[in-house]
Amino acid sequence: MAEAPLLDVTDLRKHFPVRRGLLRRQAGSVFAVDGVSFSIAPGETLGLVGESGCGKSTVARTVMRLVEPTSGSIRLGGADITHLDKAAMRPFRRQMQIIFQDPFSSLNPRMSAGDIVREPIAFHGIAQGRAADDRVAELFEQVGLRAAQMRLYPHQFSGGQRQRISIARALALDPQLIVGDEPVSALDVSIQAQVINLLMDLQRQKGLSYLFIAHDLAVVEHISHRVAVMYLGKIVEMADKVSLYRAPRHPYTEALLAAVPVPNPRIKRKRQLLDGDVPSPMNPPPGCAFHTRCPYAEARCRVEAPLLRDVAPGHIAACHRDG
Amino acid sequence: MDTPVLDVRGLSTVFFTRNGLIRAVDDLSFTVNRGEVLAIVGESGCGKSISALSIMRLVPSPPGRIVGGEVRLDGTDLLALDEAAMRDVRGNKISMIFQEPMTSLNPVMTVGAQVAETLTIHQGISGKAAFERAVEMLRLVRIPEPAQRARAYPHQLSGGMRQRAMIAMAVACQPQVLIADEPTTALDVTIQAQILDLLLRMREELGTAVILITHDLGVVAETAQRVVVMYAGRKIEEAPVDALFAEPLHPYTHGLLASVPHLASLNPDAAPAERLQEIPGMVPPLTNLPPGCAFAPRCPHADAQCRAAYPPFEARRPGHAVACWHADRLYGGGHG
Repeated sequence: MAEAPLLDVTDLRKHFPVRRGLLRRQAGSVFAVDGVSFSIAPGETLGLVGESGCGKSTVARTVMRLVEPTSGSIRLGGADITHLDKAAMRPFRRQMQIIFQDPFSSLNPRMSAGDIVREPIAFHGIAQGRAADDRVAELFEQVGLRAAQMRLYPHQFSGGQRQRISIARALALDPQLIVGDEPVSALDVSIQAQVINLLMDLQRQKGLSYLFIAHDLAVVEHISHRVAVMYLGKIVEMADKVSLYRAPRHPYTEALLAAVPVPNPRIKRKRQLLDGDVPSPMNPPPGCAFHTRCPYAEARCRVEAPLLRDVAPGHIAACHRDG
Repeated sequence: MDTPVLDVRGLSTVFFTRNGLIRAVDDLSFTVNRGEVLAIVGESGCGKSISALSIMRLVPSPPGRIVGGEVRLDGTDLLALDEAAMRDVRGNKISMIFQEPMTSLNPVMTVGAQVAETLTIHQGISGKAAFERAVEMLRLVRIPEPAQRARAYPHQLSGGMRQRAMIAMAVACQPQVLIADEPTTALDVTIQAQILDLLLRMREELGTAVILITHDLGVVAETAQRVVVMYAGRKIEEAPVDALFAEPLHPYTHGLLASVPHLASLNPDAAPAERLQEIPGMVPPLTNLPPGCAFAPRCPHADAQCRAAYPPFEARRPGHAVACWHADRLYGGGHG
């Protein structure tokens, strides 16, 4: 990558202690994120996919410094923000914002939509009074809402409109990076298309970078430039979207793509079903974490964890088979 | 193959709310043949789940009420049965599985006991024999180590395993019709593929007809033979699955199919779309439906006729019917 990355995450780990018994002794750890590295260039969208419990949401929250990383580093615009305290974090908070999945629980029901969008503007002392009103109105227009709707409360909006309010709030501080944690997963397909188009339009207009987390592989393919696949706390494959989707190199990516139902009854695919469930992140299998479900697993996979390595230009994967 | 096992005619369900009367299901008719998978698709609030609950006679009343229609299962009108007779049918001849198995399983009973209970109630098998039969059912739905898992409580199973247990309970009495309401929406894609595969196998092995209720057009394309599309409480299109995806006749179905991102990698000839097609606006509130076609406010082709009167639901091709004034003009229906 020629350009200096906007976000650079190196060997990020987040282990949650599991306490049991009367004395709440630590009985183990959930290895939610276990050595994840990636970077996002200005104006780029990195899609992060994986199944529930793979750690993708923890990555989002750790990058946002909403949970403390166990180790590793997070650099935003070249500055190391991994260990900054609340006050020192404040200027960086303006540069990165998060949008959550559920626009019902992430908006304060007692605040009007206008106040919700205005809050970060006032908090960061960007504008006040009339100037703040104008800014909020401008943001409403940008996300496809009418300025007249500023006085309404969240329950008076539909799910898609509420997600537009979340986006307006995220844009209020003119951030460079927006982290979306399943931002369109709760929406109906016709509304989902509206919100995806809005996010892509905003990126073109403002040069935003996105870390876009979703479990829907078709949505991720549409919106992303590059895609990373996570399994049990680790990135197992990462590449630009065309090579990842056309020529997946990790058996898990292959299986994920094969499992997506295709909305075209004329494409009859040979389904290769994965057996079993994702193992517990408290007790990940030794060797390659995917070996318990992998159709190609051999003796080596059960003992030796494969490292991420280059398999093609700009394409990394962690599998022994691909050597 | 083509004898309908379930024949729904003119089903109408309303809800009485503070904001007025809601016609959640309005004059819905369809049939399901033996061993067939019929998909009912639509977005939230289109009435697909209430239709299923109405067929099962599980609509909470009040505030809901089934106000009209017939639901004939093998000739018997379920809506005319008293509650005791309906209890004999439900879970026996027709059963249902839900999106979230954790809330539909009893948390203080082992899964084996729950499957056995169904058998005890409907088939009079009890005690050890019922439990053994339950273990067999768990094996049938491919739960590994079924004898041990039968003694587990729902919280000890993963989401996919719980949905398997639900299916075991639903098919324990070999029902003629199984209604699956968003059975895989809460599951990860690799688990979803396993559960859909299982449902199709149950249909083959037991000859059960399946009504699959879903919003996922990919799931529809891969599992159903026929599709009913619902919008704002009504059926707006019905077609064999290939025809629906290849030549949809309703502007809403068109918009729905166009707004879903496709995996471009599986369609190398199709140029990747820069923008997804949107359906502008949103579903109208059911308390305040427009007098004409409910889709007219969002439809790019709507005219005065659409806004004035609801279009009749008419067949335009064999097995392919639509409720749209302009389907012929727009999509060349009526030939072939």
